[in-house]
Amino acid sequence: MRKLFILLMLCFVCLMLSLLVYAELEDPSTAEDYYTRFMGQNISLNVYNWGEYISDGNYDLMNVNAEFEALTGIRVYYTTYATNEELYSKLRGGGASYDVIIPSDYMISRMIIEDMLEPLDLANIPNLSEVGDEFLNPSYDPDNRYSVPYMWGITGIIYNTTMIDEDEEITSWDILWDQRFMGQILMFSNQRDAFGIAQFRRGFSANTTDPDELKACLDDLKEQKLLVQAYVMDEIFDKMLGGEAALAPYYAGDAMIMMEENPDLDFAIPEEGVNFFVDAACIPKGSRRKQAAEMYINFLCEPEVSAANSEYIGYATPITKALELVDEEFAENPIVFPSEEILANTETFTSLPRETNLLLDGYWTQLLSSDENYSRLLVPVMLFSGIILVVGINVYRAMNKKKKQKYYF
Amino acid sequence: MKNKSSAFPYGVWMVIFIVLPLLLVGYFAFTTEDGAPTMENISKVGEFMPVLMRSVWYAVVATVVCLVIAYPLGYLISRGAGSRRRTLLMLVILPMWMNFLLRTYAWMTLLENNGLINRFLGFFNVGPFEMINTSGAVILGMVYNYMPFMILPLYAVMSKIDQTTLEAAQDLGSSFVSTFARVILPLSMPGVKTGIIMVFVPSVSTFIISRMLGGGGNLLIGDLIELQFLGNAYNPNLGAAISLVLLVIVLLCMSLLNQFGGEEEMEGALLDK
Repeated sequence: MRKLFILLMLCFVCLMLSLLVYAELEDPSTAEDYYTRFMGQNISLNVYNWGEYISDGNYDLMNVNAEFEALTGIRVYYTTYATNEELYSKLRGGGASYDVIIPSDYMISRMIIEDMLEPLDLANIPNLSEVGDEFLNPSYDPDNRYSVPYMWGITGIIYNTTMIDEDEEITSWDILWDQRFMGQILMFSNQRDAFGIAQFRRGFSANTTDPDELKACLDDLKEQKLLVQAYVMDEIFDKMLGGEAALAPYYAGDAMIMMEENPDLDFAIPEEGVNFFVDAACIPKGSRRKQAAEMYINFLCEPEVSAANSEYIGYATPITKALELVDEEFAENPIVFPSEEILANTETFTSLPRETNLLLDGYWTQLLSSDENYSRLLVPVMLFSGIILVVGINVYRAMNKKKKQKYYF
Repeated sequence: MKNKSSAFPYGVWMVIFIVLPLLLVGYFAFTTEDGAPTMENISKVGEFMPVLMRSVWYAVVATVVCLVIAYPLGYLISRGAGSRRRTLLMLVILPMWMNFLLRTYAWMTLLENNGLINRFLGFFNVGPFEMINTSGAVILGMVYNYMPFMILPLYAVMSKIDQTTLEAAQDLGSSFVSTFARVILPLSMPGVKTGIIMVFVPSVSTFIISRMLGGGGNLLIGDLIELQFLGNAYNPNLGAAISLVLLVIVLLCMSLLNQFGGEEEMEGALLDK
């Protein structure tokens, strides 16, 4: 009886051990239940992405969020922002809790430096192997510890062919400073891209920290402001499609979408160089569903998903296998997938030191508001006298009231 | 009033959601990012003086335009018979059922160079006029969005003016002009005051309107504050400082307004209209 018991115990221990070993060997990528392991647990994810930056089921393409929900049983709450800076201040301001965000390269490295991102568990994102080698270990995030590339692209000038001379060939950013197009130019409403253009035009590095160079760019942009119709981000779709403006710098992918809807539009890549950007998925600090978030990022890297996204938003996918899945015409589009030559003449934005960021912030506000000389004492004095005046008036009124009451009673 | 304890929840509410935030704004305005006390933020607001002046100017113009349009309208509504009065009131409030942003967006489509208005005028070979991205468009946006806030208090006050009072004035031989100047206007003064405050205050601190209708190149003070909190230049301390200056300006304007006809009967115009 005792022997039998020991034997049973041994069997049991062996079984447990083998289970343990099996569990350790189990690779999430091959696990059948990788996508279904959170099924029925009522989990939700807050995804924060650029506007118009995911396939939502239109044009017979996949509805990515719905597919993900159906596959995993995880609810996706999807919201959007218009600029990297908006995302940054939303996260810095606190109060908001997001699980997946998709910032651009320079913002990712800024967030890494400021310790705002959660390191990824790459074992949980097996599809990282699908990402093309040239997009791995980027300068903004060596080793891909914090980010997985989502889309990439370049900037350029989108223009309305009916509004400029036929034989005019756009080869330079200078055209955005051309007097002939006064009031017909749209401009980026975010500082990094706007200053980037001025920097490329002057031949400075797009990541310059030299205050003199930045000041020169600010002066250029101020000069340009007289010609600019409006500073826009996503509003550009409305304005360019409606023929409101002749010229606008924008991202190639969006430009392609606009060109499909309005055949008068065309796209040019200035010779001075353009910005090459990568937008990548990250998990911000404070995410409560890290594993589910990693699952979502992994899902974005599925070739079918990435192909659908790429075709829908018009940006280039970094997933090698997805290139075979997209429409052939799309894959050969030189705007979306520019030639090596053009790519050689691009520069990526990197994170700037704190002082430069502050300087740029100040310059940007100055550009959009005004730059008249002012007295540093003006506002404190005004504020102070204002307070005194308000208090004084009310004290005076109260005294008056008392006097009157004397007469009444 | 008699039972003070019933006011307790309101007191707590006010402390948490009005007093504390105000104190926080003050705290942020006078400290650096690290929490050290400084006057730098307040001084820096001076840089934006032109923006501030422009905002106040736009708000004043919008308020005056609102008043001029709303006064006769408020009077008409208040003199209307039951069903007509209700319909007119409904029409005033109707646009407010739509989201503020959408309404402003719609104006964008209307005013654009290839927008509906210019296209319509194009049929008669008039125009196109440059309407969008001008200061006029921004003021139009303010007037349109805040008009109900002027009409409603005016209506509320005027509907309390008894028809017999007006008849009495006429019986005593007063012309229409003098009836207006000596009876209607003084009696409707509390409504005018409330209306001015209700339109001026949101106009002066408005944002988005100038970006959507004004082209984003001519910021108003509200946009500037938004830029500090949600926009490119993340600087809550400066944002708080600008808000504080704006607050003082608004208080100043309101207290100036209270000087007009500062008689006892006008007191508490906001409360018992």
